[in-house]
Amino acid sequence: MVDKSTLIDHSIGTSSIWKPATIASLEKLTKRIMRVKLSTDEWKPAVAGQHIDVRLTAEDGYQAQRSYSLLSTVEEIGSYEIAIEYLTDGEVSSYFHENAQVGDSVEVLGPNGGHFIWNSVNTSPVLLIGGGSGVVPLLSIVEEKTNSESSTPMSLLYGVRFLEDIIYHQHLNELTERHESLSVNFSLSRETTVPSLPQYHPGYIHESLIRQAQKHLTNNDPIECYVCGNNGFVESMTTLLQERGMDNIRTERFGE
Amino acid sequence: MITRGFSGPRNKKISDDGRLPPGQSLTTGFPVLTSGPTPKVELDSWKFSIKLGVKPIQSWDWNSFNQLPQSSLVTDIHCVTTWSKFDTKWQGVMVDDLLSAAGYELDSLPTRFVLAHSVDGYSTNLPIADLIRGKAMIATHFDELPLTSEHGGPARLLVPHLYLWKSAKWANALQFTEKDVAGFWETRGYHMRGDPFKEERYGG
Repeated sequence: MVDKSTLIDHSIGTSSIWKPATIASLEKLTKRIMRVKLSTDEWKPAVAGQHIDVRLTAEDGYQAQRSYSLLSTVEEIGSYEIAIEYLTDGEVSSYFHENAQVGDSVEVLGPNGGHFIWNSVNTSPVLLIGGGSGVVPLLSIVEEKTNSESSTPMSLLYGVRFLEDIIYHQHLNELTERHESLSVNFSLSRETTVPSLPQYHPGYIHESLIRQAQKHLTNNDPIECYVCGNNGFVESMTTLLQERGMDNIRTERFGE
Repeated sequence: MITRGFSGPRNKKISDDGRLPPGQSLTTGFPVLTSGPTPKVELDSWKFSIKLGVKPIQSWDWNSFNQLPQSSLVTDIHCVTTWSKFDTKWQGVMVDDLLSAAGYELDSLPTRFVLAHSVDGYSTNLPIADLIRGKAMIATHFDELPLTSEHGGPARLLVPHLYLWKSAKWANALQFTEKDVAGFWETRGYHMRGDPFKEERYGG
Protein backbone atom coordinates (compact mmCIF):
# COMPACT_ATOMS: atom_id res chain seq x y z
CA MET A 1 0.00 0.00 0.00
CA VAL A 2 1.10 3.54 -0.67
CA ASP A 3 2.13 5.43 2.41
CA LYS A 4 0.31 8.56 1.45
CA SER A 5 1.45 10.52 4.48
CA THR A 6 4.88 10.88 2.87
CA LEU A 7 3.48 12.32 -0.33
CA ILE A 8 1.94 15.46 1.04
CA ASP A 9 3.43 18.65 -0.30
CA HIS A 10 1.88 21.74 1.14
CA SER A 11 3.89 24.07 -1.05
CA ILE A 12 1.77 23.48 -4.12
CA GLY A 13 -0.66 26.23 -4.81
CA THR A 14 -4.01 25.65 -6.43
CA SER A 15 -6.12 27.92 -8.49
CA SER A 16 -9.88 27.89 -8.75
CA ILE A 17 -10.33 30.95 -10.96
CA TRP A 18 -10.86 30.80 -14.74
CA LYS A 19 -8.38 32.96 -16.61
CA PRO A 20 -8.61 34.22 -20.20
CA ALA A 21 -6.04 32.65 -22.52
CA THR A 22 -5.33 32.63 -26.24
CA ILE A 23 -4.04 29.93 -28.51
CA ALA A 24 -0.40 30.81 -29.21
CA SER A 25 0.45 27.82 -31.40
CA LEU A 26 -0.95 24.57 -32.76
CA GLU A 27 1.35 21.82 -33.93
CA LYS A 28 0.69 18.22 -34.80
CA LEU A 29 3.14 15.98 -32.93
CA THR A 30 1.76 12.74 -34.36
CA LYS A 31 -1.23 11.81 -36.52
CA ARG A 32 -3.50 11.95 -33.50
CA ILE A 33 -1.79 14.30 -31.06
CA MET A 34 -1.90 18.09 -31.32
CA ARG A 35 0.40 20.24 -29.22
CA VAL A 36 -1.40 23.38 -28.12
CA LYS A 37 0.30 26.34 -26.51
CA LEU A 38 -1.98 28.62 -24.55
CA SER A 39 -0.75 31.98 -23.36
CA THR A 40 -2.24 33.86 -20.47
CA ASP A 41 -1.39 37.06 -18.62
CA GLU A 42 -2.24 35.42 -15.31
CA TRP A 43 0.36 32.70 -15.57
CA LYS A 44 1.59 30.70 -12.60
CA PRO A 45 4.49 28.22 -12.64
CA ALA A 46 3.55 24.54 -12.67
CA VAL A 47 5.01 21.39 -11.17
CA ALA A 48 5.80 18.50 -13.52
CA GLY A 49 2.78 16.17 -13.71
CA GLN A 50 0.19 18.88 -13.03
CA HIS A 51 -2.77 19.61 -15.29
CA ILE A 52 -4.82 22.58 -16.37
CA ASP A 53 -8.52 22.71 -17.17
CA VAL A 54 -9.51 24.27 -20.49
CA ARG A 55 -12.98 25.74 -21.09
CA LEU A 56 -14.57 26.62 -24.42
CA THR A 57 -17.69 28.75 -24.81
CA ALA A 58 -19.93 28.65 -27.91
CA GLU A 59 -21.82 31.70 -29.15
CA ASP A 60 -25.05 30.39 -27.63
CA GLY A 61 -23.36 30.19 -24.23
CA TYR A 62 -22.82 26.42 -24.28
CA GLN A 63 -19.62 25.54 -22.43
CA ALA A 64 -17.40 22.49 -22.37
CA GLN A 65 -14.32 21.93 -20.23
CA ARG A 66 -11.68 19.24 -20.02
CA SER A 67 -8.56 18.57 -17.97
CA TYR A 68 -5.24 18.22 -19.81
CA SER A 69 -1.88 17.24 -18.37
CA LEU A 70 0.90 19.70 -19.10
CA LEU A 71 3.34 18.41 -21.71
CA SER A 72 6.15 20.50 -20.31
CA THR A 73 6.58 22.71 -17.28
CA VAL A 74 9.99 24.14 -18.23
CA GLU A 75 8.64 26.21 -21.13
CA GLU A 76 8.63 29.96 -21.31
CA ILE A 77 6.88 32.09 -18.74
CA GLY A 78 3.35 33.05 -19.76
CA SER A 79 2.28 29.94 -21.63
CA TYR A 80 1.12 26.41 -20.99
CA GLU A 81 1.77 23.48 -23.30
CA ILE A 82 -0.76 20.67 -23.52
CA ALA A 83 -1.20 17.73 -25.89
CA ILE A 84 -4.69 16.92 -27.14
CA GLU A 85 -5.51 13.56 -28.66
CA TYR A 86 -8.01 13.38 -31.52
CA LEU A 87 -11.19 11.64 -30.37
CA THR A 88 -13.93 11.05 -32.92
CA ASP A 89 -16.73 12.03 -30.58
CA GLY A 90 -14.85 14.58 -28.53
CA GLU A 91 -16.36 18.04 -28.83
CA VAL A 92 -13.32 19.74 -27.29
CA SER A 93 -10.79 17.51 -28.99
CA SER A 94 -12.37 17.98 -32.41
CA TYR A 95 -12.43 21.75 -31.94
CA PHE A 96 -8.68 21.77 -31.35
CA HIS A 97 -7.96 19.37 -34.20
CA GLU A 98 -10.33 20.77 -36.82
CA ASN A 99 -11.36 24.35 -36.11
CA ALA A 100 -8.95 26.04 -33.75
CA GLN A 101 -6.72 28.87 -34.99
CA VAL A 102 -3.88 30.77 -33.40
CA GLY A 103 -5.39 33.76 -31.58
CA ASP A 104 -8.64 32.05 -30.58
CA SER A 105 -9.83 32.76 -27.05
CA VAL A 106 -10.32 30.06 -24.45
CA GLU A 107 -10.20 29.99 -20.66
CA VAL A 108 -7.82 28.08 -18.42
CA LEU A 109 -7.93 27.10 -14.77
CA GLY A 110 -4.93 25.93 -12.84
CA PRO A 111 -2.31 24.53 -12.91
CA ASN A 112 -3.64 22.04 -10.36
CA GLY A 113 -2.77 18.62 -9.02
CA GLY A 114 -0.84 17.69 -5.91
CA HIS A 115 -0.43 13.92 -6.19
CA PHE A 116 0.75 12.82 -9.65
CA ILE A 117 3.67 15.25 -9.55
CA TRP A 118 7.45 15.13 -9.42
CA ASN A 119 10.03 17.66 -8.37
CA SER A 120 13.74 17.55 -9.20
CA VAL A 121 14.72 17.88 -5.52
CA ASN A 122 13.39 14.33 -5.17
CA THR A 123 16.22 11.76 -5.27
CA SER A 124 14.34 8.43 -5.11
CA PRO A 125 14.63 6.47 -8.37
CA VAL A 126 11.61 6.93 -10.61
CA LEU A 127 9.85 4.46 -12.89
CA LEU A 128 7.45 6.10 -15.35
CA ILE A 129 5.02 3.93 -17.32
CA GLY A 130 2.77 5.53 -19.92
CA GLY A 131 0.30 4.09 -22.40
CA GLY A 132 -0.59 6.14 -25.50
CA SER A 133 -1.37 9.75 -24.66
CA GLY A 134 -0.99 8.77 -20.99
CA VAL A 135 2.69 9.51 -21.51
CA VAL A 136 2.06 13.29 -21.54
CA PRO A 137 2.47 14.04 -17.80
CA LEU A 138 5.44 11.64 -17.78
CA LEU A 139 7.12 13.61 -20.56
CA SER A 140 6.88 16.72 -18.39
CA ILE A 141 8.56 14.76 -15.57
CA VAL A 142 11.36 13.60 -17.92
CA GLU A 143 11.78 17.19 -19.11
CA GLU A 144 11.92 18.47 -15.53
CA LYS A 145 14.66 15.95 -14.70
CA THR A 146 16.83 16.58 -17.75
CA ASN A 147 16.35 20.34 -17.66
CA SER A 148 17.38 20.53 -14.01
CA GLU A 149 20.39 18.23 -14.62
CA SER A 150 19.12 16.05 -11.77
CA SER A 151 21.07 12.80 -11.45
CA THR A 152 18.08 10.89 -10.03
CA PRO A 153 17.81 7.56 -11.88
CA MET A 154 14.70 7.61 -14.05
CA SER A 155 13.29 5.07 -16.45
CA LEU A 156 10.40 5.61 -18.87
CA LEU A 157 8.48 2.68 -20.35
CA TYR A 158 6.34 4.03 -23.16
CA GLY A 159 3.70 1.80 -24.71
CA VAL A 160 2.18 2.75 -28.07
CA ARG A 161 0.75 0.91 -31.05
CA PHE A 162 3.00 2.12 -33.85
CA LEU A 163 6.36 3.89 -34.14
CA GLU A 164 4.65 6.88 -35.70
CA ASP A 165 2.51 7.29 -32.53
CA ILE A 166 5.50 8.13 -30.35
CA ILE A 167 5.46 11.71 -29.11
CA TYR A 168 8.92 13.37 -29.15
CA HIS A 169 10.47 10.18 -30.49
CA GLN A 170 13.80 11.64 -31.64
CA HIS A 171 13.96 14.01 -28.69
CA LEU A 172 13.60 11.14 -26.19
CA ASN A 173 16.40 9.19 -27.86
CA GLU A 174 18.62 12.29 -27.75
CA LEU A 175 17.85 12.87 -24.09
CA THR A 176 18.85 9.31 -23.16
CA GLU A 177 22.15 9.77 -25.01
CA ARG A 178 22.89 12.96 -23.12
CA HIS A 179 21.72 11.80 -19.68
CA GLU A 180 23.21 8.62 -18.33
CA SER A 181 20.72 8.40 -15.46
CA LEU A 182 17.75 8.38 -17.89
CA SER A 183 16.57 5.33 -19.80
CA VAL A 184 13.66 5.19 -22.24
CA ASN A 185 12.15 2.03 -23.72
CA PHE A 186 9.38 1.81 -26.27
CA SER A 187 6.87 -1.05 -26.49
CA LEU A 188 5.21 -1.22 -29.89
CA SER A 189 2.09 -3.37 -29.70
CA ARG A 190 1.08 -3.31 -33.39
CA GLU A 191 4.25 -2.29 -35.22
CA THR A 192 5.40 -4.76 -37.85
CA THR A 193 8.85 -3.23 -38.36
CA VAL A 194 10.31 -2.83 -34.89
CA PRO A 195 13.79 -1.22 -35.14
CA SER A 196 16.55 -3.59 -34.04
CA LEU A 197 17.90 -1.26 -31.40
CA PRO A 198 17.86 -2.15 -27.69
CA GLN A 199 15.24 0.45 -26.71
CA TYR A 200 12.53 -0.91 -29.04
CA HIS A 201 10.38 -3.91 -28.08
CA PRO A 202 7.50 -5.61 -29.86
CA GLY A 203 4.21 -6.18 -28.03
CA TYR A 204 2.90 -4.81 -24.78
CA ILE A 205 4.97 -3.73 -21.79
CA HIS A 206 5.77 -7.02 -20.06
CA GLU A 207 7.49 -8.24 -16.94
CA SER A 208 11.00 -8.49 -18.37
CA LEU A 209 10.95 -4.81 -19.37
CA ILE A 210 9.93 -3.87 -15.86
CA ARG A 211 12.66 -6.09 -14.42
CA GLN A 212 15.20 -4.43 -16.72
CA ALA A 213 14.02 -0.99 -15.61
CA GLN A 214 14.26 -2.07 -11.97
CA LYS A 215 17.93 -2.93 -12.58
CA HIS A 216 18.61 0.47 -14.14
CA LEU A 217 17.07 2.10 -11.09
CA THR A 218 19.09 0.40 -8.37
CA ASN A 219 20.14 2.64 -5.58
CA ASN A 220 19.14 2.16 -1.99
CA ASP A 221 15.87 4.03 -2.06
CA PRO A 222 12.58 2.41 -2.98
CA ILE A 223 11.39 3.09 -6.52
CA GLU A 224 8.60 5.61 -6.99
CA CYS A 225 6.26 4.56 -9.79
CA TYR A 226 4.03 6.78 -11.91
CA VAL A 227 1.56 5.02 -14.20
CA CYS A 228 -0.72 6.86 -16.62
CA GLY A 229 -2.98 5.57 -19.37
CA ASN A 230 -6.43 4.13 -19.85
CA ASN A 231 -7.83 2.16 -16.97
CA GLY A 232 -7.12 -1.29 -18.41
CA PHE A 233 -3.49 -0.31 -19.03
CA VAL A 234 -3.09 1.12 -15.53
CA GLU A 235 -4.65 -1.97 -13.91
CA SER A 236 -2.34 -4.38 -15.74
CA MET A 237 0.78 -2.27 -15.11
CA THR A 238 0.09 -1.77 -11.39
CA THR A 239 -0.49 -5.52 -11.05
CA LEU A 240 2.90 -6.21 -12.67
CA LEU A 241 4.61 -3.64 -10.44
CA GLN A 242 3.09 -5.08 -7.28
CA GLU A 243 4.13 -8.59 -8.32
CA ARG A 244 7.68 -7.24 -8.62
CA GLY A 245 7.48 -5.84 -5.09
CA MET A 246 6.97 -2.20 -5.99
CA ASP A 247 4.09 -0.65 -4.11
CA ASN A 248 4.87 3.05 -4.12
CA ILE A 249 2.64 3.70 -7.12
CA ARG A 250 0.80 6.81 -8.22
CA THR A 251 -1.73 6.45 -11.00
CA GLU A 252 -3.61 8.70 -13.35
CA ARG A 253 -6.34 7.08 -15.43
CA PHE A 254 -8.62 8.06 -18.24
CA GLY A 255 -11.28 6.49 -20.39
CA GLU A 256 -13.43 3.56 -19.48
CA MET B 1 -15.60 34.91 -23.47
CA ILE B 2 -16.61 33.25 -26.76
CA THR B 3 -14.28 30.73 -28.39
CA ARG B 4 -14.39 31.37 -32.13
CA GLY B 5 -14.91 28.17 -34.07
CA PHE B 6 -16.46 26.26 -31.18
CA SER B 7 -20.12 25.43 -31.66
CA GLY B 8 -20.71 22.93 -28.91
CA PRO B 9 -21.68 19.30 -29.21
CA ARG B 10 -22.43 17.95 -32.64
CA ASN B 11 -25.52 16.12 -31.55
CA LYS B 12 -27.39 18.87 -29.80
CA LYS B 13 -28.45 18.10 -27.21
CA ILE B 14 -29.62 15.82 -24.51
CA SER B 15 -32.09 17.70 -22.36
CA ASP B 16 -30.91 17.38 -18.82
CA ASP B 17 -33.65 19.30 -16.97
CA GLY B 18 -31.02 21.11 -14.92
CA ARG B 19 -29.63 17.79 -13.69
CA LEU B 20 -26.21 18.29 -15.30
CA PRO B 21 -24.01 20.51 -13.10
CA PRO B 22 -21.98 23.29 -14.78
CA GLY B 23 -18.84 22.12 -16.55
CA GLN B 24 -19.93 18.48 -16.63
CA SER B 25 -20.55 16.16 -19.62
CA LEU B 26 -22.82 13.14 -19.62
CA THR B 27 -21.30 9.70 -20.03
CA THR B 28 -22.99 6.35 -20.40
CA GLY B 29 -19.84 4.48 -19.37
CA PHE B 30 -18.40 4.35 -15.90
CA PRO B 31 -14.82 5.69 -15.90
CA VAL B 32 -12.44 4.64 -13.15
CA LEU B 33 -10.24 7.30 -11.53
CA THR B 34 -8.10 6.35 -8.59
CA SER B 35 -4.85 7.77 -7.26
CA GLY B 36 -3.13 4.38 -6.90
CA PRO B 37 -3.42 0.67 -7.62
CA THR B 38 -6.74 -1.09 -7.08
CA PRO B 39 -6.51 -2.86 -3.70
CA LYS B 40 -7.73 -6.45 -3.49
CA VAL B 41 -9.97 -6.68 -0.44
CA GLU B 42 -10.77 -10.13 1.00
CA LEU B 43 -14.27 -10.52 2.40
CA ASP B 44 -12.99 -12.83 5.18
CA SER B 45 -10.91 -10.10 6.72
CA TRP B 46 -13.15 -7.17 5.72
CA LYS B 47 -14.25 -4.91 8.54
CA PHE B 48 -16.11 -1.62 8.74
CA SER B 49 -15.80 0.61 11.79
CA ILE B 50 -17.35 3.71 13.28
CA LYS B 51 -14.89 5.69 15.37
CA LEU B 52 -15.07 8.77 17.57
CA GLY B 53 -11.61 10.28 17.25
CA VAL B 54 -9.32 7.30 17.90
CA LYS B 55 -11.94 5.47 19.97
CA PRO B 56 -13.67 2.54 18.22
CA ILE B 57 -17.45 2.72 18.69
CA GLN B 58 -18.74 -0.21 16.63
CA SER B 59 -17.50 -2.50 13.91
CA TRP B 60 -18.98 -5.08 11.59
CA ASP B 61 -17.53 -8.00 9.66
CA TRP B 62 -18.87 -8.76 6.18
CA ASN B 63 -21.69 -11.03 7.42
CA SER B 64 -22.93 -8.77 10.19
CA PHE B 65 -22.69 -5.73 7.88
CA ASN B 66 -24.93 -7.42 5.33
CA GLN B 67 -27.53 -8.10 8.02
CA LEU B 68 -28.03 -4.36 8.50
CA PRO B 69 -31.11 -2.87 6.80
CA GLN B 70 -30.59 -2.74 3.01
CA SER B 71 -31.62 0.24 0.86
CA SER B 72 -31.56 1.11 -2.81
CA LEU B 73 -30.77 4.46 -4.41
CA VAL B 74 -31.19 5.55 -8.01
CA THR B 75 -29.19 8.72 -8.43
CA ASP B 76 -27.02 10.91 -10.65
CA ILE B 77 -23.29 10.92 -9.95
CA HIS B 78 -20.68 13.58 -10.79
CA CYS B 79 -16.91 13.23 -11.01
CA VAL B 80 -14.65 16.28 -10.66
CA THR B 81 -12.89 15.19 -13.86
CA THR B 82 -16.06 16.49 -15.58
CA TRP B 83 -18.11 13.39 -16.32
CA SER B 84 -21.57 12.81 -14.91
CA LYS B 85 -23.73 9.72 -15.14
CA PHE B 86 -27.50 9.76 -14.69
CA ASP B 87 -29.76 7.22 -13.00
CA THR B 88 -27.14 4.96 -11.49
CA LYS B 89 -28.56 2.20 -9.31
CA TRP B 90 -26.97 1.33 -5.97
CA GLN B 91 -27.73 -0.90 -3.03
CA GLY B 92 -26.22 -0.94 0.43
CA VAL B 93 -26.63 0.35 3.97
CA MET B 94 -27.72 3.95 4.50
CA VAL B 95 -25.38 5.90 6.78
CA ASP B 96 -28.50 6.66 8.87
CA ASP B 97 -29.01 2.93 9.54
CA LEU B 98 -25.33 2.42 10.22
CA LEU B 99 -25.23 5.20 12.82
CA SER B 100 -28.38 3.95 14.43
CA ALA B 101 -26.91 0.41 14.61
CA ALA B 102 -23.90 2.00 16.33
CA GLY B 103 -26.22 3.46 18.96
CA TYR B 104 -26.33 7.04 17.72
CA GLU B 105 -29.37 9.27 17.28
CA LEU B 106 -29.29 11.65 14.36
CA ASP B 107 -30.28 14.57 16.59
CA SER B 108 -27.37 14.11 18.98
CA LEU B 109 -24.30 13.10 17.00
CA PRO B 110 -20.95 13.58 18.78
CA THR B 111 -19.31 16.01 16.28
CA ARG B 112 -20.17 17.88 13.07
CA PHE B 113 -17.50 16.31 10.83
CA VAL B 114 -16.29 12.92 9.71
CA LEU B 115 -13.34 11.48 7.84
CA ALA B 116 -14.20 8.53 5.64
CA HIS B 117 -11.29 6.07 5.44
CA SER B 118 -10.32 3.39 2.91
CA VAL B 119 -8.22 0.25 3.17
CA ASP B 120 -5.47 1.78 0.99
CA GLY B 121 -4.94 4.77 3.27
CA TYR B 122 -7.20 7.14 1.32
CA SER B 123 -9.39 9.50 3.28
CA THR B 124 -11.89 12.26 2.57
CA ASN B 125 -13.60 14.72 4.88
CA LEU B 126 -17.29 15.54 5.03
CA PRO B 127 -19.70 17.44 7.25
CA ILE B 128 -21.86 14.75 8.87
CA ALA B 129 -24.90 16.68 7.60
CA ASP B 130 -23.91 15.55 4.08
CA LEU B 131 -24.14 11.88 5.08
CA ILE B 132 -27.39 11.64 7.06
CA ARG B 133 -31.13 11.88 6.47
CA GLY B 134 -31.16 9.79 3.35
CA LYS B 135 -28.19 11.45 1.61
CA ALA B 136 -25.52 8.75 1.66
CA MET B 137 -24.90 5.02 1.92
CA ILE B 138 -22.17 2.43 2.18
CA ALA B 139 -22.82 0.77 -1.18
CA THR B 140 -22.15 -2.91 -1.81
CA HIS B 141 -24.00 -3.32 -5.11
CA PHE B 142 -24.08 -1.42 -8.40
CA ASP B 143 -26.71 -2.24 -11.00
CA GLU B 144 -27.82 -5.21 -8.90
CA LEU B 145 -24.39 -6.84 -8.98
CA PRO B 146 -21.75 -6.91 -6.22
CA LEU B 147 -19.57 -3.83 -6.54
CA THR B 148 -16.39 -4.66 -8.48
CA SER B 149 -13.01 -3.80 -6.94
CA GLU B 150 -12.22 -1.17 -9.57
CA HIS B 151 -15.37 0.73 -8.58
CA GLY B 152 -14.57 0.42 -4.87
CA GLY B 153 -15.88 -3.05 -3.98
CA PRO B 154 -16.66 -4.77 -1.75
CA ALA B 155 -18.01 -1.56 -0.19
CA ARG B 156 -17.67 2.14 -0.88
CA LEU B 157 -19.14 5.29 0.48
CA LEU B 158 -21.68 6.89 -1.87
CA VAL B 159 -22.46 10.60 -1.41
CA PRO B 160 -24.06 11.35 -4.77
CA HIS B 161 -24.77 15.06 -4.23
CA LEU B 162 -21.03 15.78 -3.90
CA TYR B 163 -18.18 15.14 -6.39
CA LEU B 164 -17.28 11.46 -6.39
CA TRP B 165 -13.87 11.79 -4.71
CA LYS B 166 -15.95 12.22 -1.53
CA SER B 167 -17.45 8.76 -2.14
CA ALA B 168 -14.43 6.87 -0.80
CA LYS B 169 -13.82 3.55 -2.55
CA TRP B 170 -12.88 0.45 -0.46
CA ALA B 171 -14.33 2.22 2.58
CA ASN B 172 -13.52 0.70 5.96
CA ALA B 173 -14.34 3.40 8.51
CA LEU B 174 -16.22 6.57 9.30
CA GLN B 175 -14.44 8.60 11.94
CA PHE B 176 -16.05 11.49 13.79
CA THR B 177 -13.61 14.39 14.09
CA GLU B 178 -13.83 17.57 16.17
CA LYS B 179 -12.77 19.74 13.22
CA ASP B 180 -13.08 19.55 9.43
CA VAL B 181 -9.75 17.77 8.77
CA ALA B 182 -8.60 17.77 5.11
CA GLY B 183 -8.43 14.29 3.55
CA PHE B 184 -6.25 12.95 0.74
CA TRP B 185 -7.34 15.11 -2.22
CA GLU B 186 -8.41 18.00 0.00
CA THR B 187 -4.77 18.23 1.20
CA ARG B 188 -3.73 18.30 -2.46
CA GLY B 189 -5.73 21.31 -3.48
CA TYR B 190 -9.25 20.01 -3.90
CA HIS B 191 -12.25 21.64 -2.28
CA MET B 192 -13.22 20.88 1.32
CA ARG B 193 -16.89 20.29 0.41
CA GLY B 194 -17.13 19.59 -3.34
CA ASP B 195 -20.67 20.57 -4.37
CA PRO B 196 -20.89 19.97 -8.16
CA PHE B 197 -23.68 22.49 -8.66
CA LYS B 198 -21.48 25.21 -7.14
CA GLU B 199 -18.45 23.84 -9.07
CA GLU B 200 -16.49 23.43 -5.85
CA ARG B 201 -13.64 21.61 -7.60
CA TYR B 202 -10.51 23.22 -6.22
CA GLY B 203 -9.82 25.00 -2.97
CA GLY B 204 -7.75 28.15 -2.56
